[in-house]
Amino acid sequence: MTPFTTLSSRAAPLLRDNVDTDAIIPSREMKSTGRTGLADGLFAPWRYLDAAARTPDPEFALNRPEASGAQILLGGANFGCGSSREHAVWALAEYGMRCVIAPSFAPIFRANCIRNGLLPVTLPEADIAAMAWQSVTVDLPAQEVRCGDGVHRFEIEPEPREMLLEGLDAIDLTLKSLPAIEDWTSMDRKARPWVYLERTQ
Amino acid sequence: MTVHKTRTLFEKIWDAHHVADTATGAALIAIDRVFLHERTGAAALKSMAAAKRPVCDPTRVFAVMDHIVDTRPGRGDGTLMEGGSAFITETRAAAKAAGITLFDVNDRDQGITHVISPELGIVLPGLTLVAPDSHTCTQGALGALAWGIGSSEAEHAMATGVLRLDRPKTMRVTYRGKLAPGVTAKDMVLALIAVHGAGGGAGHVVEFAGEAVRALDIEARMTLCNMATEFAAMTGIIAPDARTFEYLADRRYAPESFDEPYWHTLRTDDGARFDREIEIDAAALAPMVSWGTSPEHAMPVDGTVPQGPPRAHEYIGLDAGAPLLGTPIDVAFIGSCTNARISDLRRAAAMLKGHHIAPSIRKALVVPGSSAVKRAAEAEGLDAIFTAAGFEWRASGCSLCFFAGGESFPEGSRTVSSTNRNFEGRQGPGIRTHIASPETVVASAIAGVIADPRKLMAGKLMP
Repeated sequence: MTPFTTLSSRAAPLLRDNVDTDAIIPSREMKSTGRTGLADGLFAPWRYLDAAARTPDPEFALNRPEASGAQILLGGANFGCGSSREHAVWALAEYGMRCVIAPSFAPIFRANCIRNGLLPVTLPEADIAAMAWQSVTVDLPAQEVRCGDGVHRFEIEPEPREMLLEGLDAIDLTLKSLPAIEDWTSMDRKARPWVYLERTQ
Repeated sequence: MTVHKTRTLFEKIWDAHHVADTATGAALIAIDRVFLHERTGAAALKSMAAAKRPVCDPTRVFAVMDHIVDTRPGRGDGTLMEGGSAFITETRAAAKAAGITLFDVNDRDQGITHVISPELGIVLPGLTLVAPDSHTCTQGALGALAWGIGSSEAEHAMATGVLRLDRPKTMRVTYRGKLAPGVTAKDMVLALIAVHGAGGGAGHVVEFAGEAVRALDIEARMTLCNMATEFAAMTGIIAPDARTFEYLADRRYAPESFDEPYWHTLRTDDGARFDREIEIDAAALAPMVSWGTSPEHAMPVDGTVPQGPPRAHEYIGLDAGAPLLGTPIDVAFIGSCTNARISDLRRAAAMLKGHHIAPSIRKALVVPGSSAVKRAAEAEGLDAIFTAAGFEWRASGCSLCFFAGGESFPEGSRTVSSTNRNFEGRQGPGIRTHIASPETVVASAIAGVIADPRKLMAGKLMP
């Protein structure tokens, strides 16, 4: 996974509350069992006047010329709510987004961002609105977002911060604790035998 | 002197699964069960196989075909969604290769993940269970810590037996008093989200408690917990009681008895502290219907549409101040992990008996939550009541809860649906979804307009 340290980019605004993962990537755009080929379906219901013909809606933020190359998306409250589909994050990443800044996130979407090297930043709504179409620097080591004269401190738990900064693969990292997990499991087998099932078929 | 710290049910389950702390102060939490479905399961299993990571304990991983399976009679691997068959065949192949238990398309035990897991006793009180599906919170109704995750996290749980987690906050939502007739668990959860917002539970595990929750049967408790994700909560949970253990007795994967004292420790201690508490007067609740494009856009069926985001009013075609009652509908749907268990179908059929759907309804559909629910309903003759009334009777699956490119309706159609999401386009491009209880779906299907189930129950509804 690509480490995330600092990122400077124009910020594209999609300042609606409750942007759900069905809107980010509709189920019908998830055409294969893989993780790729999703960028074209990103925001399909909003981005295209006719999704089948892929006719772009010029009014949609990401279709505006100034959105070209934007790696930061500004969102409304409860961003990424709804379905757990990780495809929403894969689609954003494949499209080129590296950071979403919103007043709050739905929990599964936020966890999916972290597992895929996308930084979810939580800031107050008014601060975010002021960043629309501005050049914004997101500095994860300093936990700051800078825009013009404004410096906005953001909070992130140490665990996701470390995962993102180092670009760590969570599974590889956890497998280093395998002996401790196995010890725990053999103890637990005695304490809660009903958890452990026999092969049934 | 020993100080005995009081703990919430969540804290007891968390502590019992705490394997180790990580270097950064998060926790490795043991995962007891993983459930997959064909929409995201193949992706996770294939990705693990490519990385040469085996499933660490395949006996505790289950998969089912529910999301895009055809629900028409005589189904096979074909799907109404273009290209959907690959999700089924690839999940089947990956499940076999990984050695996990698969409930296939025409298996007796096939059904929606969150319906069959309790039916089979796969979920149990005190367990941790995860699935790459947001409605995994449904299973918290059995007293498990069960929550939805992404595909990468599912791989993590299968490969390592644990997840790396920061400890969530705790919230208790207490429903005081007794529900009025015609008011259900669906209305309880919609009322919570309407008042406190679709983001109201963010960062929290929500324990549902109080007299009105205790009075719910196990299936209704599943309806209540099902929409915890619509509240942005990590999950919902209800402490197990005698009804829970009775429900789980003799289920295939459940232990032989729940006599051990351990099972009865699975409750929040008196005096335990929650980070947040919400109280709701259950007796004051009315049947709830969504008016807009988020579950927080919900209101009492006999109220008037409040002022919401202009975009939501425009999409749904209802102005602030308009009544919902009398709004013409095109489609009625009873199904989904929210409201398609046998008790839901019994209540709906009891109301429907002797009535017929309005001629203006273009489609009315009942999709049982599992193949076992379908068989039980047929044994009781419920299918005959539904079909006599003009509903189609289908095989089990997620069906019209969401649109994957298969079955839908003409753009702009208005549905009343026993499902959980009324997002723009959720049931198809331009479809206007009103989520409600099965009772409200039935009353509305008979009337051809959004209708109050209490009126039908009182015999006052004139179709």
